[in-house]
Amino acid sequence: MSYRIVGETGEWEVVVGLEVHAQVTSESKLFSGASTEFGGEPNSHVSLVDAAMPGMLPVINEHCIEQAVRTGLGLKAKVNLYSVFARKNYFYADLPQGYQISQFEFPIIGAGTVILDMPDGTTRNIGIERLHLEQDAGKSMHDQDPRRTFVDLNRSGVALMEIVSDPDMRSPEEAGIYVRKIRSIVRYLGTCDGNMEQGSMRADVNVSVRKPGDTELRTRCEIKNVNSVRFIMHAIEVEAQRQVEVWESGGQVEQQTRLFDPVKGETRAMRSKEFAHDYRYFPDPDLLPVKFNQEYVDGIAATLPELPDEKKQRYMADYNLSAYDAEVLVVDRETGGYFETVLGRGDKGKTRDAKLAANWVISNLFGALKAESKTITQSPVSADQLGQLLDLISDNTISGKIAKTVFEEMIATGKEPADIVAEKGLKQITDTGAIEAAVDDVIANSPEQVAQYQGGNEKIAGWFVGQVMKATQGKANPGMVNKLLKEKLSG
Amino acid sequence: MSNTLTQLTIAQARDGLSNGDFSATELTQSCMDTYGAARKLNIYITETPELALEQAAASDARRAKGEALGSMDGIPIAMKDLFCTDGIQSTAGSHILEGFVPQYESTISQNLKDAGSVMLGKSNMDEFAMGSATTTSYYGNTVNPWQAASGPDAGKDLAPGGSSGGSASAVAARMCLGATGTDTGGSIRQPASFTGIVGLKPTYGRCSRWGCVAFASSLDQAGPMTRTVRDAAIMLGAMAGHDVKDSTSTPIETPDFEAVIDQGVKGLRVGIPKEYTAEGMPEEITSLWQRGAGWLREAGAEIVDVSLPHTKYALPTYYIVAPAEASSNLARYDGVRYGLRVEGNSLDEMYMNTRAEGFGEEVQRRVLIGTYVLSAGYYDAYYLQAQKVRTRIAEDFTKVFEDVDVLLTPTAPSPAFTLDAKMDPVTMYLNDIFTVPASLAGLPGISVPAGLSQHGLPLGLQLIAKPYDELTMLRTAEVIERFAGFDLPVFSGREA
Repeated sequence: MSYRIVGETGEWEVVVGLEVHAQVTSESKLFSGASTEFGGEPNSHVSLVDAAMPGMLPVINEHCIEQAVRTGLGLKAKVNLYSVFARKNYFYADLPQGYQISQFEFPIIGAGTVILDMPDGTTRNIGIERLHLEQDAGKSMHDQDPRRTFVDLNRSGVALMEIVSDPDMRSPEEAGIYVRKIRSIVRYLGTCDGNMEQGSMRADVNVSVRKPGDTELRTRCEIKNVNSVRFIMHAIEVEAQRQVEVWESGGQVEQQTRLFDPVKGETRAMRSKEFAHDYRYFPDPDLLPVKFNQEYVDGIAATLPELPDEKKQRYMADYNLSAYDAEVLVVDRETGGYFETVLGRGDKGKTRDAKLAANWVISNLFGALKAESKTITQSPVSADQLGQLLDLISDNTISGKIAKTVFEEMIATGKEPADIVAEKGLKQITDTGAIEAAVDDVIANSPEQVAQYQGGNEKIAGWFVGQVMKATQGKANPGMVNKLLKEKLSG
Repeated sequence: MSNTLTQLTIAQARDGLSNGDFSATELTQSCMDTYGAARKLNIYITETPELALEQAAASDARRAKGEALGSMDGIPIAMKDLFCTDGIQSTAGSHILEGFVPQYESTISQNLKDAGSVMLGKSNMDEFAMGSATTTSYYGNTVNPWQAASGPDAGKDLAPGGSSGGSASAVAARMCLGATGTDTGGSIRQPASFTGIVGLKPTYGRCSRWGCVAFASSLDQAGPMTRTVRDAAIMLGAMAGHDVKDSTSTPIETPDFEAVIDQGVKGLRVGIPKEYTAEGMPEEITSLWQRGAGWLREAGAEIVDVSLPHTKYALPTYYIVAPAEASSNLARYDGVRYGLRVEGNSLDEMYMNTRAEGFGEEVQRRVLIGTYVLSAGYYDAYYLQAQKVRTRIAEDFTKVFEDVDVLLTPTAPSPAFTLDAKMDPVTMYLNDIFTVPASLAGLPGISVPAGLSQHGLPLGLQLIAKPYDELTMLRTAEVIERFAGFDLPVFSGREA
């Protein structure tokens, strides 16, 4: 069950901790009024503060503080009523101030927990050590000129939340599920858009290996700036493998910062410990400590949406859904909302069949969206329309099978299900006479099969159903067909 | 005409302008003429005569329409080159910012502009405000208009103190009616003492730091340098005010400082801190201090001996905290975006070449000290320890101010020294020994000229008050000023 690397000396356990950098959803930067919009012309979203002009001073964007508190609450973490911004000093061309304003000794958010839903239905608790706010740096562009490097400061000063986990993960898969879960939580909260392709979420991955049963941690390496879930998982896999090989060949894993090369599928050393920066953290004297009271936190807590874990529990308890179905439906706020609209929750006090609704959303809708490369918010079929389709099934206007045909048409045209049924004449035949005629016809034309059935081959009943359905273009009520066939064949 | 106009205080010029006795243009021209005759003092890094005349003309036009802005309207001032000024080179006295022309105006210079004042130029200063003699400026040292009448230094060029030495000399030599300074550990008060003028460092947070090149953020504070206490009150009123762009600026009302300065000291309790003596401090400073206490007693104040036991740790604490912050604040001068760049074969080499050439010796020394005290393994022993001591120093003041209203001390342990005085850095740092404690505690302080040394050089006395209680400080300063009857001479021009 557990993830193990098998080396020459036996099995190895992988230990993973993640530092997820999540860009705070905010109009303006952490300490300036410049826009945070993605994709602007280079250096078009840069204030005097972001460019570190002489005499410029940072002013805290209160919205970012609120977003961090909101995230902390979503991570079930301790919110610190007192926190301090500190300067992390190092020189680089895309770091205009020569320091990054971050939080060090006193982060805004302390310890918390994230619950991972494992594929086998179990859950794993991953500890959150802290969450702190910090500025992003600019971007060095080495590919614009053969000799020179250009710097784009659009990202300089953009607010990031660094979410630091405990070293609680034991496999690439857990790390992947963890990142997805963090992404799901911040998206629910509206505190980060979670778009890894645009760099709004990326992770530093800390990996070490040890013998199963060991309690001590061995030296870790930090893989910087990995920007997709797939790469995170792959990087852990190859880095762990590399470390096992180092240990087994009698070497020592050196504490290093490494880079993951997804093309070659390997990690490479960036700098080792002796070249590690001495960041000379100290409290930023340009900023006062961040202080707020519990009422402020409670006020934010009161506006928190229902989060995936709670929603999942509610779906399981109230709608009797399986853990798997519930988990899939709560993956993001939009999917949960869609599902609940399909259910018609609160509508005349009655909901539609939850299991049926879940199946339709998970199997049919997700499949169709995937085929069309669309997200649930872009779905051509609205949740209301899907609900109406379920009603047509429930009141026997159409069969489940016909419903699939109608649904395909809905996806293609966006038309209302009732209109499609009417236009295409797909209404189920429930007239006993009409079905009976079709049944009689099939029985009369299939003496051989009738003989087989009567000779004890009951499996052939399905064939008869198929024939009748074919004769009625699938519109015959399957229950009635079954009933009539049974009567007539036995009789 | 011009000579008599430059004799005026801000308050007198205000009245003269208001009465129509002369125009702002005439006043401005006479200040420029006075400087023109004494260029040797090297007051300005950048002169702005066209701008000055333009602003003076605008002031005259306002006045003609009956729309004069207030006490500072039409008053010619010098602006310390630490303040960024829109469209005008702003160097902080450093080679690394040579040619740097900001596209923004510091809050302080904007406030003074909005009050109608006339900017004559950007005054010389120690590089990044690091120095006590205006000798670390890349643009040459400023000369003190004073000369010793007797003694070994007689006739020699003297330092104006620092770092706001350009502003101090300009005010003393009557080349402007007032000037801005900044004070991190004494950079307003010590040069004021050396040049026989009034220098006021407000409570930390009273004046915005936005647009002022940072030296040590937790200490830097702008303030006025003037010839009288009243002028300091007027000018501070125009400079001060809450600024949302500076998180450390205090959201507090700016009072009418001038309104109270005549109220006297009757009933005030004035503390004399026994720790404010220095080894080798001339007797004349001690006796001036006693004389000052006597004046205040005579004016009705009660003189109380007090103790600030952690005073002796103030200087070493300051020389850890200030360089630590400076080492980080100066990291932005890296040759990448503005200012000097000296190319190299790699990014690191470009940094090293630029900063080696761009920063002078004293700045490099402090960047090194600051980097050291923040480094892993030394942080706790130096920076953290200094922060703890800083708290103790502030607590000393808090405690003393439960008992007294204001403190009286000497401003500096000596009168002005010669420009060629050979001084090791630590001896130079000792100049700030009486000014850094108030800086570390964020308290307001003022230096008032109170007398002359035996060789005829000015000596200042310092008053320190409770946070945001500049009013009591100014009242007390006015009494010292009145009793001292200090007479600032008119210096004959010393041409280049």
